[in-house]
Amino acid sequence: MAKATREAFGEALVSLAEKFPQMVVLDSDLSKSTMTVDFAKKYPQRHFEFGIAESNMIGAAAGLALYGKVPVCTSFACFLIGRLETIRVAVTLNGANVKLVGTHAGLGIGDDGASQMGLEDVAAMRSLPGMTILQPGDALEARQAVEWMLQHRGPVYLRLTRQKLDDVHRPDYKFECGKLDIVWEPEPKAKHFQATVLASGGTVGGAVNAAKELLPKGFAVRVVNAGTLAPFDVDSVEDFAKDSERFVTVEDHNIVGGLGSAACEAAASLGMGKPVVCLGVRETGESGLAAQLYDKHGLSAPHIMEACIRNLS
Amino acid sequence: MEDLSSQTKELRADIIRMITAAGSGHPGGSLSVIDLLAVLYAKHLRHDPKKPDWPGRDRLVLSKGHACPALYAVLAHRGFFPQEELMTLRKLGSRLQGHPERHRLPGIEAATGSLGQGLSMGLGMALAAKMDGADQRIFVVTGDGEMQAGQVWEALMAAPKFKLDNLTLIVDCNNGQIDGHVNEIMALDPLAEKLKSFNWDTRTIDGHDLAAIDGALSAVKTVKGKPQAIVARTIKGKGVSFMEDNIAWHGKAPNQEECERALKEILHG
Repeated sequence: MAKATREAFGEALVSLAEKFPQMVVLDSDLSKSTMTVDFAKKYPQRHFEFGIAESNMIGAAAGLALYGKVPVCTSFACFLIGRLETIRVAVTLNGANVKLVGTHAGLGIGDDGASQMGLEDVAAMRSLPGMTILQPGDALEARQAVEWMLQHRGPVYLRLTRQKLDDVHRPDYKFECGKLDIVWEPEPKAKHFQATVLASGGTVGGAVNAAKELLPKGFAVRVVNAGTLAPFDVDSVEDFAKDSERFVTVEDHNIVGGLGSAACEAAASLGMGKPVVCLGVRETGESGLAAQLYDKHGLSAPHIMEACIRNLS
Repeated sequence: MEDLSSQTKELRADIIRMITAAGSGHPGGSLSVIDLLAVLYAKHLRHDPKKPDWPGRDRLVLSKGHACPALYAVLAHRGFFPQEELMTLRKLGSRLQGHPERHRLPGIEAATGSLGQGLSMGLGMALAAKMDGADQRIFVVTGDGEMQAGQVWEALMAAPKFKLDNLTLIVDCNNGQIDGHVNEIMALDPLAEKLKSFNWDTRTIDGHDLAAIDGALSAVKTVKGKPQAIVARTIKGKGVSFMEDNIAWHGKAPNQEECERALKEILHG
């Protein structure tokens, strides 16, 4: 059933509250949007409202973590990353066990427009040593990623969607940090792939649709979910490079510094000569419906199909 | 206080020696804050140099991280690490980084030096201690220049909301910052009135009067229901005549001759 990953996150906080008694939740006047509101109602002693003052919230999260708490610090992705200097020093330089949760990732938020869209957050977070970056592709993965994040010691950035996402994982899916996981391949399994598509968060569903449409046209395409953006799974990229003509990356994020960049860095370092076609956002965002924006900015299934089969020479 | 007075001379001498050996550093703000840190560690901050990670310890966050030579000198005198190590300040491989980092040196609670962040971190520690019903106190030392940063005022709003009476802010008001005097760069005064209006228990003291510092640190412990601020009026470069209130000595190391002159004044002046 389609569900926003922020919604799955909110449910997971409530269901994991007793298992992780040191967990506390911090908000900056967006608890109804980040979906922490149910946790806040049920566990008021473990919820702290900081108002529209994200720098202080993040700094306080670091202090809570240095004392031994496990703070989950939430806002829109764009507002968290706007406080990069506090994240850089108070969180990562301290190695503070802070869980930063940025919702409303990318164009997918739709009509609120550019100022509310987190489109640069992954690039900035990837440059911080020790920061683990997770972006679940559906609700099932989101719930498991939250649990993993809470038991992990160290800074984590969890990037979530406002919009509902279709299920892309099978019910027996098990989240593994740092692993690219295959969400769709033609049956029976192909020996050779026209492309391996790496997608993450809001773009995984579209990538699966693209691959399914390409199969009857004679193109075998594998779709891989990049649920962990840092550390990046270079070993799996090497495996996929062996049987794929090319990589295609598709992300609801600026084309610079995110999944596409991580894939290019991995592919180039392997020296296997496989091209990487990157789909991502090249301009500032704008208002519209999520589906319209994915179409206009080149992230929807038709664009992914074209990127898989386009003549690159 | 007699004993502490001679201790602060030794600490000032160490600050001068280590910055001279490093060839760079911030003598002005280190000399202005040293009396505050000396009294805090000698008489108020619960700590155990043999067990720097003791969970029951009080916490100090030196938000004005550039003044870390002062903190390093105090920590070495308290026995957190050998005093000889002071002379490794800012050298490759040293635990005594140019700005403090908690992973590298026992006794450091938080990485600071990106100004304006320390009060938020202290606030988080105070919140955590409250949650646990612990009686620890959290002290944050900021410079006055750093009070220009917006994040500080976010934290100043938040601490009274959470009724953090276990949190004490000490503002080292030396009226100096890199580009000039604070009251010319971006004036803060009336600072104490501002803090009061933000609902902080506020008192103003002479930040070089050891008895006054001791009195203020005793008094804040009795305050219930709100955080406390101590506005400490200090002199940048205090104790070395040619450095006092001289902005040029914000972030400059003495040469050998200047070092000797400074030590003579501090130890025999």
